[in-house]
Amino acid sequence: MRYVEEFRDPGAAKALIARIGEVAEAIGATREQPVRIMEICGGHTHAIFRYGLDRLVHEGIEFIHGPGCPVCVLPMARVDEAVEIAERPGVIFTSFGDAMRVPGTKKSLLQAKAEGADIRTVYSPLDALELARRHPDREVVFFGLGFETTTPSTALTIQQAAREEIGNFTVFCNHITVPQPIKVLLDDPHMLLDGFVGPGHVSMVIGTHPYDFIARDYGKPIVVAGFEPLDLLQSVLMVLEQIRDRRAEVENQYGRVVPEHGNPVSLAAMADVYEPRPSFAWRGLGEIDASGLRIRPGYAGWDAEAKFGIGYGARRAREVAEPEGTRCAAVMTGRIKPTGCGMFGTQCTPETPLGALMVSSEGACAAYWQYGGRRSPEAAE
Amino acid sequence: MCLGIPGRIVEITDAGRMAAMADVSGVKREVNIACVAEGDPAALVGRWALIHVGFAMALIDEAEAAATLEALRHLGEAQETLEQIAEGARALS
Ligand code: SF4
Repeated sequence: MRYVEEFRDPGAAKALIARIGEVAEAIGATREQPVRIMEICGGHTHAIFRYGLDRLVHEGIEFIHGPGCPVCVLPMARVDEAVEIAERPGVIFTSFGDAMRVPGTKKSLLQAKAEGADIRTVYSPLDALELARRHPDREVVFFGLGFETTTPSTALTIQQAAREEIGNFTVFCNHITVPQPIKVLLDDPHMLLDGFVGPGHVSMVIGTHPYDFIARDYGKPIVVAGFEPLDLLQSVLMVLEQIRDRRAEVENQYGRVVPEHGNPVSLAAMADVYEPRPSFAWRGLGEIDASGLRIRPGYAGWDAEAKFGIGYGARRAREVAEPEGTRCAAVMTGRIKPTGCGMFGTQCTPETPLGALMVSSEGACAAYWQYGGRRSPEAAE
Repeated sequence: MCLGIPGRIVEITDAGRMAAMADVSGVKREVNIACVAEGDPAALVGRWALIHVGFAMALIDEAEAAATLEALRHLGEAQETLEQIAEGARALS
């Protein structure tokens, strides 16, 4: 109970941990035969490690870290294409800070910046649009990435650019969606998952119904969770109770922020600006049908792929082999823990990441590293 | 980057563009309020919102804002977000 003192309400945390233990016992979960719960969202991965929740709960519960870290699943080829755009004369390339150190096959955006490209870290796509207003003689490109939490922000920004007829602003769209990769993981015979902790802020946008298939078609429980430690513990308990009672439902632990039907303004903006691509590549998971978004032809003037001739599909974000000795795909799909990768903490650290999972605090490898990953026999395959 | 940060809407700066000034842990930052505005934007002044890459995405109450901020501080994400906001301001100069 090393970290419990840090909880806002240590008493409540202890009570939840005790109840989780009771239900885990009732199910018969053991260290050898654990209940495997995937937290989909990288923010949850970060919080689980920060508070050592994986160590605090009953040993029969194993957290499997999901694909919900957008920079971790961004294919190397897309980073290459971002660098290619950024290095064109006259371009100001803008990005969230998280994406700057993601390795491409040749270099990261940070390296391209060091070599002279005008690449700027911004907080919001609105900053990029403002840059375009201030520099009408330059082409300002925003590196749009992230799940449904960030997708509305670029959709609304593109709508704003269209209203103001700002012609020197485009988005290089790499937005991806949460439900499709979950389906891929559920269809994978090697992935034995018993339930899910669902993403809170993604669900604030899309609501809870996009997860209905998980319960209905696959018979697995999912509980949408906030990211305070008590939220996570409560959600794990709710998943376990469903398993104990042989229920499979979509439950919403984070109802104070997540409306059942999501945010209508965000959903309308996304539907107006974006449409699904036939497929999109995920680092470690491969091509997944309808999992990525592209800008609709009606907004082609704000689409960097159209403007710079870097169309996905025209020059396919082909599967680029991961560097020798890296095990990112196996970590990504929960087959091994980060410590099972020979590069972990030796060649691959947050300062010199070989794989994207080491880049962002939402990535499983970076979280393991930051909060003292255990090197234990069970860490290997 | 997937976690929002609570901020308090202090002023509507441009109702046409759905722009408002928010106070995020003492830092002033212009945000878009399209996703949380229902009717008169002026009604939002004084309200807390979960702000995500410059967009207010959900209205929350003050207790929720405080609890969320504390969780973000523990994760180091509050500081990181404030640095990103500062970096965004620098990129414009
Ligand atoms: S330690 Fe580095 S190389 Fe190994 S799986 Fe993690 S990110 Fe990939």
